[in-house]
Amino acid sequence: MIIMPESWEDIVLRLLRAAQTRLPPDVKWALEAAAAWESDPTARSQLGAVLDNSSRAEFLVRPMCQDTGLPVFFVKGEVPPGIEEGIAAGVARATVEIPLRPNAVDPLSREVRGDNIGSGPLVHYRPTDAEYTELSVLPKGAGAENMSRLAMLTPSDGNDAIKDFVTRTVLQAGGRPCPPTMVGVGIGGTADACMALAKEALLSPLDKENPDPRLRSLEEELFVALNSSGLGPMGLGGDTTVLGVRALAASCHTASLPVAVNLNCWAARRASVRVHKDGRVEYTQGAFP
Amino acid sequence: MKKLQAPLDETTARSLHAGEAVLLSGVIVTARDKAHIRALSKSSSGEKVPELQGATVYHCGPIIRERNGHEAVAAGPTTSARMNMMGPRAVRELGIKGVIGKGGMSKETHDAMQECGCVYLAATGGAAVTLAEGIREVRSRSWEDLGMAESVWELEVKDFGPLVVAMDSHGRSLYEETEARVRERMRLRAEGKL
Repeated sequence: MIIMPESWEDIVLRLLRAAQTRLPPDVKWALEAAAAWESDPTARSQLGAVLDNSSRAEFLVRPMCQDTGLPVFFVKGEVPPGIEEGIAAGVARATVEIPLRPNAVDPLSREVRGDNIGSGPLVHYRPTDAEYTELSVLPKGAGAENMSRLAMLTPSDGNDAIKDFVTRTVLQAGGRPCPPTMVGVGIGGTADACMALAKEALLSPLDKENPDPRLRSLEEELFVALNSSGLGPMGLGGDTTVLGVRALAASCHTASLPVAVNLNCWAARRASVRVHKDGRVEYTQGAFP
Repeated sequence: MKKLQAPLDETTARSLHAGEAVLLSGVIVTARDKAHIRALSKSSSGEKVPELQGATVYHCGPIIRERNGHEAVAAGPTTSARMNMMGPRAVRELGIKGVIGKGGMSKETHDAMQECGCVYLAATGGAAVTLAEGIREVRSRSWEDLGMAESVWELEVKDFGPLVVAMDSHGRSLYEETEARVRERMRLRAEGKL
């Protein structure tokens, strides 16, 4: 725990440096476990390269991947004034100091914006009555993000349709999202809210059970089905297609069943901070105690 | 693991078979969407494209730091499928005998590879630091106006990899074989046999 006055800009720089250069501990365990159970030699070479890369990145404090993504932020609890400006300043500084690849472009002219911000940072707000502010970042690489899918299913199709859609989405993505992936699933809400749930699900650590037993069993079934597919690391074949599946749900219209899939590559980059009113600052890449 | 000299020539490319692991030493050049578009539009108008001609092309948008010249900080592969539309012409018109990327390319590109004697080498997606360690020197930058990710960077490499021959010049593709296996397993699962 760090007790010192830190600006949001400093905090965002720390979060991004951690997320970009260090695997979350649960993701590292999942990759090591996968390397141990994998039976396919090509798949083992891919997992070996991934683990070798991660330890070099951590040691050299370099980004694990050249696609440092677009940073997506979640603000939970108390929303302090000026946090969005702080986030923007932190991202611009991180782009120079870590360094990050300047990925943000104008969507039509494709003109590069040098600071990774462009028209404004991507921030989701989840205000609550908590006495602290929780800020999380997911640097989203394009390989995984481009495989996002949304389906407005027929409610009467039920759970099987949900599983079928998620399975097809992951398998049709093949090697493009850099498997073994972490699969975020959103169920319910509206089209936009559902996709945001799928993204938020990627913040859930793999070593923490989903508190909803129905979602937990869905996650387990999808995990087994996807890993028995044979797609394997990088789509080159093998036993390890996903590191984990995490789902979040929200109420939806009686005539709707939205389902969204948002993927993270094997690095499943994330970092979070909790900033308390008394100045205490807690950082984690997993769950808060 | 086979150690090969880059840029690859046709004889070497034709000697490789799907599933083999290789390391490259020599010179490779990066090219992504915009560089392919520019190269092919030059080629269409009869211009020479010395930047990519005969090169071993790496689908990569690296992070380059300016420190005593250019330094490759992170340089993993990008999704090759984005270059699918340009793949067949790039192989036929630019004399490319080696392509490095991730995720594989279209059947049409694979056909051109078989015809011209070119091989597709899969680099591990996201292994950007391991791969950057194999880059000894960033020799030059062309088409700087395309930005850091899309410029053509000429890289001197030593034991660059690990790379896997994923699409060979004999028509075999690990991606196609994996897809077929996935389809079969999913069918068996649906029938309750797996």
